[in-house]
Amino acid sequence: MKKLINNPDDVLADALVGLAAAEPLLNVDKKNRIVYRATPKEQGKVALISGGGSGHEPMHGGLVGFGMLDAACAGAVFTSPTPDQMEEATKVVDRGAGVLHIVKNYTGDVMNFEMAAELADAAGIQVESVVTHDDVAVEDSTWTAGRRGVGLTVLLEKIVGACAETGADLATVKALADKVSASGRSMGMALTSCTVPAAGKPTFDIAEDEMEIGVGIHGEPGRHREKLASAHEIAEMLVDPILHDHDFAGAPAIVFVNGLGGTPLIELYLMYGEVAALLEKAGVTIARSLVGPYMTSLEMAGTSVTVLKADDEILRFWDAPVVTPGMRWGA
Amino acid sequence: MAKDTVDLTTLIAWLDAFRGYVTENRAYLTELDSAIGDADHGINMTRGMDAVFAKITEAQDGGTPLTTADDLFKAVGMTMVTSVGGASGPLYGTFFLRMGRTSGTAASLDAAGLGAALRAGFDGVVARGKAEAGDKTMVDAMGPALDAYDAAVAGGADPAAAAQAAFEAAEAGRDATVPLVARKGRASYLGERSAGHLDPGATSTALLFRALAETLAAS
Repeated sequence: MKKLINNPDDVLADALVGLAAAEPLLNVDKKNRIVYRATPKEQGKVALISGGGSGHEPMHGGLVGFGMLDAACAGAVFTSPTPDQMEEATKVVDRGAGVLHIVKNYTGDVMNFEMAAELADAAGIQVESVVTHDDVAVEDSTWTAGRRGVGLTVLLEKIVGACAETGADLATVKALADKVSASGRSMGMALTSCTVPAAGKPTFDIAEDEMEIGVGIHGEPGRHREKLASAHEIAEMLVDPILHDHDFAGAPAIVFVNGLGGTPLIELYLMYGEVAALLEKAGVTIARSLVGPYMTSLEMAGTSVTVLKADDEILRFWDAPVVTPGMRWGA
Repeated sequence: MAKDTVDLTTLIAWLDAFRGYVTENRAYLTELDSAIGDADHGINMTRGMDAVFAKITEAQDGGTPLTTADDLFKAVGMTMVTSVGGASGPLYGTFFLRMGRTSGTAASLDAAGLGAALRAGFDGVVARGKAEAGDKTMVDAMGPALDAYDAAVAGGADPAAAAQAAFEAAEAGRDATVPLVARKGRASYLGERSAGHLDPGATSTALLFRALAETLAAS
């Protein structure tokens, strides 16, 4: 294992120290592992919190700031944070208008956030939750824990964050979150594995000439292992299941080509070109795009594609100003 | 000679026995989990129960002493929730928190009172995890255990005899998870490949009832 670390057990604590030192926009509670805005939102506005295992940076801590999240709870690498962290964050960010919890669909994350919502409710804070479940690589079924929450979470945090900034009430913010969650689909692939610092060795073995199609953001196995193919063919393997799963015709789309941590931007832009051409050929009108590593899986090489069926409201909130370490425009 | 009621000292002894069993089976539980989950169940449960005992010791030696079943189970539940993470933290944490809420300010529980607390804990686990019987989870050990406990109490059994019946039913329920296909949690992503393995959560639950039966028999 070759990593820029001091001790595998101290990676998160040390990274939070660095995040606090580097980002004047953020206020980092190192003890509780919570990242807040340095300047809190005005009274009377709905607050947004998210959180999850670490190793996906900039999500979620780097997406805290004006127009996006109010706080993010960091768990150990690839492990859900605990309800006491989420309850604390909920209490701190509440401005009297309630708090939306943005949760990715993993058994541990869902249960820990549910407990936090109950604790916050007992403390008299209104909490609503949205659970993202956009990964088409997992067959949706009542007989499993359901689809994993992946790339759509980043788009949702941006769009719903902008809505909350306007002073919309909790019911309105929650309804928009549900609409975004229902309207997006994602699919990812990996060229290499990642290495969890505490494990010290790659999560899975993959040969030099192989790739994993449908991989999860923690290195979970995908749909199938394939011989390495061209970017054009890989784009087809990611776009086809997305289009097969949801009807994106007749509305503007936001298209997000995400890097998993180890793939350079030159390849991500190349992939975006392939993805955009395939979508346009299928009759999808691309209105906005996002390219870059926003939801990573440590040093994994690979990409994920997210397509969100938008409307005027979603596009307006997408274009609204955002000022966070990981995403910044319009301000 | 087993007693008709279970006092706070005995409840703490039960939790201590459970800590002993998860510690002894740390590698075994983790190995079961590595076959169909994410290879941390024994590690997480040991960390959680160690934290529970650090909390109990701190409270009894100079902190605010735990004087009721509710005090004890609330401390245990919150410690599990805040120190374990993943899925087993919220599930075992909820189990103990609901036990506490139901047993209230009592300093000791009779057979029916302990049964009601255990049942409330079980209902909390089902509500939290949304698993049903046959989903290959801890519910498959805990459900039969509580049914056996209640049946024994209805037949006039004392707490120790009811706990023994619960323990035997928990082990049978645990063993019955082997052929099941997982429908909840991370194992569910394996589909048919999850069959043929013992469920780690049902296994740690059987240890919880083993600890209860042995502690009450010795009290």
